[in-house]
Amino acid sequence: MKYIDEYRDGATARAIAAAIRAEADPAREYALMEFCGGHTHAISRYGIEDLLPAHVRMIHGPGCPVCVLPIGRVDGAIALARHPGLILCTYGDLLRVPGSGRTSLLKVKAEGADVRMVYSAADSLKIARDNPDRPVVFFAIGFETTTPPTALVLQQAKALGLRNFSVFCNHVLTPAAIASILESPEVRALGTVPLDGFIGPAHVSTVIGSRPYEYFAEEYQKPVVIAGFEPLDVLQAILMLVRQLNQGRFEVENEFSRAVTREGNGKAQAVVAEVFELRRRFEWRGLGQVPYSALRIKAPYADWDAEKRFDLPERSVPDVKACDCGAILRGLKKPADCRLFGKACTPESPMGSCMVSAEGACAAYWTYGRFRHAQQGTA
Amino acid sequence: MTTLTRKGPALDFTHGRVDLTHGGGGRAMAQLVEELFLAAFDNDLLRQRNDQACFAVEAGRMVMTTDGYVISPMFFPGGDIGSLAVHGTLNDVAMAGAAPMALSASFILEEGLPLADLRRIVLSMAAASMEAGVPIVTGDTKVVEKGKGDGLFISTTGIGRVPAGVEISGDRARPGDKILVSGTLGDHGVAVMSQRESLGFETTLHSDSAALHRLVAGMVAAVPGIHCLRDPTRGGLAATLNELAAQSGVGMLIREAAIPLRPEVQGACELLGLDPLYVANEGKLIAICPPETAEALLAVMRAHPLGQNAALIGEVVADDHHFVQMETAFGGRRVVDWLAGEQLPRIC
Repeated sequence: MKYIDEYRDGATARAIAAAIRAEADPAREYALMEFCGGHTHAISRYGIEDLLPAHVRMIHGPGCPVCVLPIGRVDGAIALARHPGLILCTYGDLLRVPGSGRTSLLKVKAEGADVRMVYSAADSLKIARDNPDRPVVFFAIGFETTTPPTALVLQQAKALGLRNFSVFCNHVLTPAAIASILESPEVRALGTVPLDGFIGPAHVSTVIGSRPYEYFAEEYQKPVVIAGFEPLDVLQAILMLVRQLNQGRFEVENEFSRAVTREGNGKAQAVVAEVFELRRRFEWRGLGQVPYSALRIKAPYADWDAEKRFDLPERSVPDVKACDCGAILRGLKKPADCRLFGKACTPESPMGSCMVSAEGACAAYWTYGRFRHAQQGTA
Repeated sequence: MTTLTRKGPALDFTHGRVDLTHGGGGRAMAQLVEELFLAAFDNDLLRQRNDQACFAVEAGRMVMTTDGYVISPMFFPGGDIGSLAVHGTLNDVAMAGAAPMALSASFILEEGLPLADLRRIVLSMAAASMEAGVPIVTGDTKVVEKGKGDGLFISTTGIGRVPAGVEISGDRARPGDKILVSGTLGDHGVAVMSQRESLGFETTLHSDSAALHRLVAGMVAAVPGIHCLRDPTRGGLAATLNELAAQSGVGMLIREAAIPLRPEVQGACELLGLDPLYVANEGKLIAICPPETAEALLAVMRAHPLGQNAALIGEVVADDHHFVQMETAFGGRRVVDWLAGEQLPRIC
């Protein structure tokens, strides 16, 4: 398929992989974190790790919006869905995320709640217009990529005076999360984090641009290469990171120049700024409370803010004890290191959020890569 | 055809709707059976108007299969729930290498269903059964109250004869066997998805819904030693290969580059974040055969219109874990797993 096959070409892949093998210094290890679930998915789906030498290691970061959503917020959505007459709209991946007590939106839907899967925020607005006598809530999640569409529907709802519509906002911010990983408890305990460089987000960066990463590349002395979600993008970014590390550089480079500029999408940023403001702190699954890492709806839009319209107590629910999602999201453990992986926790019955979305590190490992553990006799 | 009902006004197939009397066992039901089902499916056995069809059978092995059809939307590019209910069950018969003999059809109608829609579906079933040369010899109709059904559900049962010497079963795949598919994958699922209102994308794609028994007849005539046949319907190629691997106690290794896909299917799957290996097919089959017969089998498949894009996509391997693995076009390797729940679109 045109514009796709070019980025999945096996011969080019082998050439880049050969360059990585030739240039990576066998005397050291390269621990590289791909932040985004989209990259994790590409790495697993195309078998990219098969092409890398053993001392170039990929660590799967927390960039899966479903995975980082804490149980307390899922419980909030479930409480909304149980509200009599209410229609809760959300993206498909969220339906299976476990809340407290092994319940999920899919299960409350089966109990009779009106939960609808939508493909865009605009679909939920349409549902609200088609059902004027019923409250309709859009359960909004995602990084900077999905934030502008939510901002737009809030603007439209206000312009239309659509009183039965509101948004349960759970939008989170990428740079804050990356900084949090580099500031994680292990950093204070060990003085270091086992990460040498980052593959920066693809779609998120089309919105925010490459500039927001410059601060921490400089501050933490870690190179960042922004890359697209196609497998050749990922391989090329790995080569660029290896070169930066070999040369002792800590810069923000842009492999995804066909879509990402330094300044990003100004219009999208303006819409977001008009509707949203920073939350002082927000809980992330696996990372805990991260300061200034999420957005809330501004006062002029309070009438369309589900958190103000409905009584949703903010509560923090601890993750399942044996679940290693936190350490996996911080790059400290691999999915197969978790005691629950593939035993109590599988995509059919996920205990932790990393097993839910196809972009989650555990689900991607389980779905695409577990034959490796089987061959090593560990699964 | 003689009629059992007193002459009254004919059914209004333009504005009429199904109501509870159409399932009540009275005159209205008899009229519906008479004017629609009997007229459309007309054949000797059905015309006897018994509660069962009675016919002679030859010696040998027979197969029997049943399937329920609940698809939404009822009409989609390239077919509808009626043609699907005929093709799907014929294909399940054919996947034993059998020649289908007869079908039954049971209808559960929801009160309020437009008679025009019902007629369109019944005529489509009749055309599919006629085209396939397999009659619908017995049937049943029930009506449920509004809100208790999704317009229309159809169950069909099929029986067929297995030719002597043919021994096809999901547990017969052996390491070294070759894996073939009869054509492009994912056409049906994407065509149906494109019609769901929430998606709002247009495609020129048609469902591949088709009866495969004639293709199969040619295949078993040329290669009676085929080990497995299965149609990759729900769950697509991935689910079917995993079923066969588990049943036979083997692994499978397929090559991504060899899997036939239409660009439209690839494009839609890219847009929606779906994997075409998991998307449903209704007119395709997977064949597993001994390696020395693969070339002959592929040639027979390609000579049939429903197999012209047939391809050899991989091999059966020994594997205690029964993994289905795929060499990616990119050069890596990955598991092609069972689907967990439904395939859901990705967020970002």
